[in-house]
Amino acid sequence: MSREEAENGRDNMEIDGCEPQTPQGNAVLDANFLKIYYGKLFPHEDIFKWMSYGNDGKHPGCDQSYFGRREFSFTLENDIYLRYQSFNSLSELEKSINEKCPVKIDVGPVYNVDPAKRNAYAKAGDNGFTPVERELIFDLDINDYNDVRYCCSGNDVCLDCWSLMTAAIKVIDTALRDDFGFDHILWVYSGRRGVHCWVCDRKARRLNNEQRAAIAGYLHVYKGNEYGHKKVSLTGPLHPFLARSYNEVLKDIFEERLLCGQKLFSSEERFEKILEMIPDESITSELRGKWLESRQSSRLKEDINVVRWGQLKHILQSRKHKGLHRCVEEIVFCYAYPRLDMEVSKHMNHLLKAPFCVHPKTGRVCVPIDPNHCEEFDPTTVPTLSKLLGELNVGGLSAVGDDGLYGTSLGRSIRYFRSHFLQPLLKSCKEEIESSYNAKLRESKNSLRW
Amino acid sequence: MEVVGSHRRIPAAAHVVPTLPLYRSAPELEVRLEDFELFAIYRLRVLKGISDGLSRGKTPDDMKKLVEDLLRENMSHPQASEDSNKDIISHFVLRLVYCRTEELRKWFLSMETTLFRYRFQLQSAEVQRAVIAENDLPCKAVSNAEFENVKEKLHQVSRHIGQSIPTADMIFYKVPFEEVPELVASRRVFILKGYAYVATNQVSSHVVTQFRSYLSKALVLTSRKWTSTIKEREKDRLTPIVEALSTSYLGPDYSQPREFADISLKDIDQVAKSSFPLCMRHLFDKLREDHHLKHGGRMQLGLFLKGVGLKLDDALAFWKAEFSHKVGAERFDKEYAYGIRHNYGKEGKRTDYTPYSCQKIISSTPGVGDHHGCPFRHFSEENLRAAIGKMGVGNRAMEDVIDKVRNRHYQLACTLTFEAVHGSSCDAGINHPNQYFIDSQKILQKGASQEQTGTKGDGTHTGLPALHQSKV
Ligand code: SF4
Ligand SMILES: [Zn+2]
Repeated sequence: MSREEAENGRDNMEIDGCEPQTPQGNAVLDANFLKIYYGKLFPHEDIFKWMSYGNDGKHPGCDQSYFGRREFSFTLENDIYLRYQSFNSLSELEKSINEKCPVKIDVGPVYNVDPAKRNAYAKAGDNGFTPVERELIFDLDINDYNDVRYCCSGNDVCLDCWSLMTAAIKVIDTALRDDFGFDHILWVYSGRRGVHCWVCDRKARRLNNEQRAAIAGYLHVYKGNEYGHKKVSLTGPLHPFLARSYNEVLKDIFEERLLCGQKLFSSEERFEKILEMIPDESITSELRGKWLESRQSSRLKEDINVVRWGQLKHILQSRKHKGLHRCVEEIVFCYAYPRLDMEVSKHMNHLLKAPFCVHPKTGRVCVPIDPNHCEEFDPTTVPTLSKLLGELNVGGLSAVGDDGLYGTSLGRSIRYFRSHFLQPLLKSCKEEIESSYNAKLRESKNSLRW
Repeated sequence: MEVVGSHRRIPAAAHVVPTLPLYRSAPELEVRLEDFELFAIYRLRVLKGISDGLSRGKTPDDMKKLVEDLLRENMSHPQASEDSNKDIISHFVLRLVYCRTEELRKWFLSMETTLFRYRFQLQSAEVQRAVIAENDLPCKAVSNAEFENVKEKLHQVSRHIGQSIPTADMIFYKVPFEEVPELVASRRVFILKGYAYVATNQVSSHVVTQFRSYLSKALVLTSRKWTSTIKEREKDRLTPIVEALSTSYLGPDYSQPREFADISLKDIDQVAKSSFPLCMRHLFDKLREDHHLKHGGRMQLGLFLKGVGLKLDDALAFWKAEFSHKVGAERFDKEYAYGIRHNYGKEGKRTDYTPYSCQKIISSTPGVGDHHGCPFRHFSEENLRAAIGKMGVGNRAMEDVIDKVRNRHYQLACTLTFEAVHGSSCDAGINHPNQYFIDSQKILQKGASQEQTGTKGDGTHTGLPALHQSKV
């Protein structure tokens, strides 16, 4: 937290008097507010149920040590960072969060042993302390698109640039479900300017690093930051996955949202960046000539970006050379294709912020996003800590549990989380536990008979 | 694994004896101690060659060729019937050598897997099938209908990777995607609901994954056995060999100066500037600056200078001149001269000490106040940028160098630095500081002789135009 924000926080420190209209922009994360949030609103039990993956049940096939081997890490005020926290029960988890009141909770992998006892095992050899399960995760940050968004800069986001995230969610979600066959996928707003994705299928949790890297590689097209190199280069006809992404998502987002939303052709500097991607000198100079001339001319009825994009497409597609057709696609990919933080996805032991945390800088809650309706998601209207506390105050601090929760604007998010993610997940966890238990039984019976 | 689109039966492969071992069980052979070490060194040459090839970014086709060459040069046995024994023995010896730490295991696993991959690809289809069969990858045929369903997509992928369009009688294997990570990562397969559709010619990826995971587990087991029993039991016989093998340097011997023998003291500053690799230049500069170097630094630089051709007397004079500034001539003679004579084999065991290879330098662990080690590995990025900037590496090349460093290809970073400084390529790559020196001298001497004969007239100014301009 910057000093400025910390001071703002102090100004607003009337716990009982936190009113519904607490300012949104210069949001604050006051320790006392946070305490109330964790105490009354944070869905401890849902997180516990989720991360237990059915192992908290009564079935003899349950692995009772499972949840206790998960690493949590807390960031406290003053940047104190506590790694390798672990909890053996819901009440331990809840108690620790409520007491320590972390400004951020990160979730790590499930280890072979309780991470709190890692030192004792680390000495036992190389495999003494090692991650054994971890959701497959993805991290997308709008900052990685700064060279193609003109509406905002730095940490800001608006609905215009958010469509980049929408595109990313659609492309990746479809690939994870249709191509890789995963079912239990949770998308979460990161609280400021990005999204996280948790793939929780048993198979996903057990992928090794190489397999994770393979999936990340499959999804990876954009090669950013490469000093003057072409950032997207598509060779030959598109792979079915890329073709689908292009036809079903990227093309529309580009033409309907980005083209005008980002005014991609509105100035010389901007259209030059696009012309740079066309390898044919004669085409670029023809287009450039046209556009420089038309700069002053007439108030066109049609949007200038749409007109110019149309001209560019027309000229590229009219050429015989196949590579030039590809160019249209390359431009769209460069401006709209998801840009993943590869490192996060490649390794089992990466930490990721837990859903329903409050972002320390914006005060916004990291709520789930429904990938089927992700175009309706608006990061600027996400419930904030101060808004929620205001609502609680109105509803009376006494209403605890789900009643209080559902009454706030967080209720919708929680309901979605439970009905669309948690319940189906736990259902298949239960089935898996049962079937692998039965298989084991059968095996041992067989061996007995022998 | 299932087979898709095969209405023909796959020819039975049982009668083919695979020539590509999977190293599932240790050989029950008597191995002579010399062979134990010798075979291992040969295999190590192959693996190191592969490692170099990979870090230089060779294409798969070049790698295939490289592996073929390396195998021919190193792995054949005078008696052809012994080839496969040599193969198996050397593999198991190196398992011992490389099982001992996580880092060693990682390297060995990745090199052996690469070796296996290309060897597999070099085999005939028949042998490949035999290997697959041996790998217990059951092939279950799937109805033609399924092939028809995904035909369109399979065509798309084939066109995407530039291969011929699959026909109905082509065999596709349906494999869980996580078994063929490389094919997935490079989008060389169609994936549907968790299954990758793998063409016959791509199946090596699958086999390789199996090989890799098996070897990975085996290495962990070997490691346990090593610490629990073998190390102690073999402490007089195998253990020393095993421990020496993992850090052995296999390139040419630089303990004796060659070719550009004899540098004299008066040239040393100039030569240091033009031809020392960064690690030595740094030590050299620090010595001039502090008039002192700690033990690690004295060894690294001292042996290098010996290899470069500095005679013992000159070496003594050189070190003395610096150290006496700080500790006085007398203390130098008493405390430090011994070490230098020792390096030259004139004291102690009288063995000639060999100059350190890059590998040795890179794996050293300099502490506070130490200046030895490899700057590409041990410097912070900022310091490294400053240091190579000072050597005259320009912006563009600098980013390439830094990029290699970030990927932990230190020797490659050094090679790029060499190339940038000398404006000339270095195809062999840098493996040894003394090799850096020799290659540098070769280029400079060639350049000097050309300049003398070729560009007279304005030749005198060509060296420093930039400097002159900036002064104006
Ligand atoms: S790569 Fe070798 S020669 Fe180059 S600086 Fe490092 S140790 Fe020295
Ligand atoms: Zn914006």
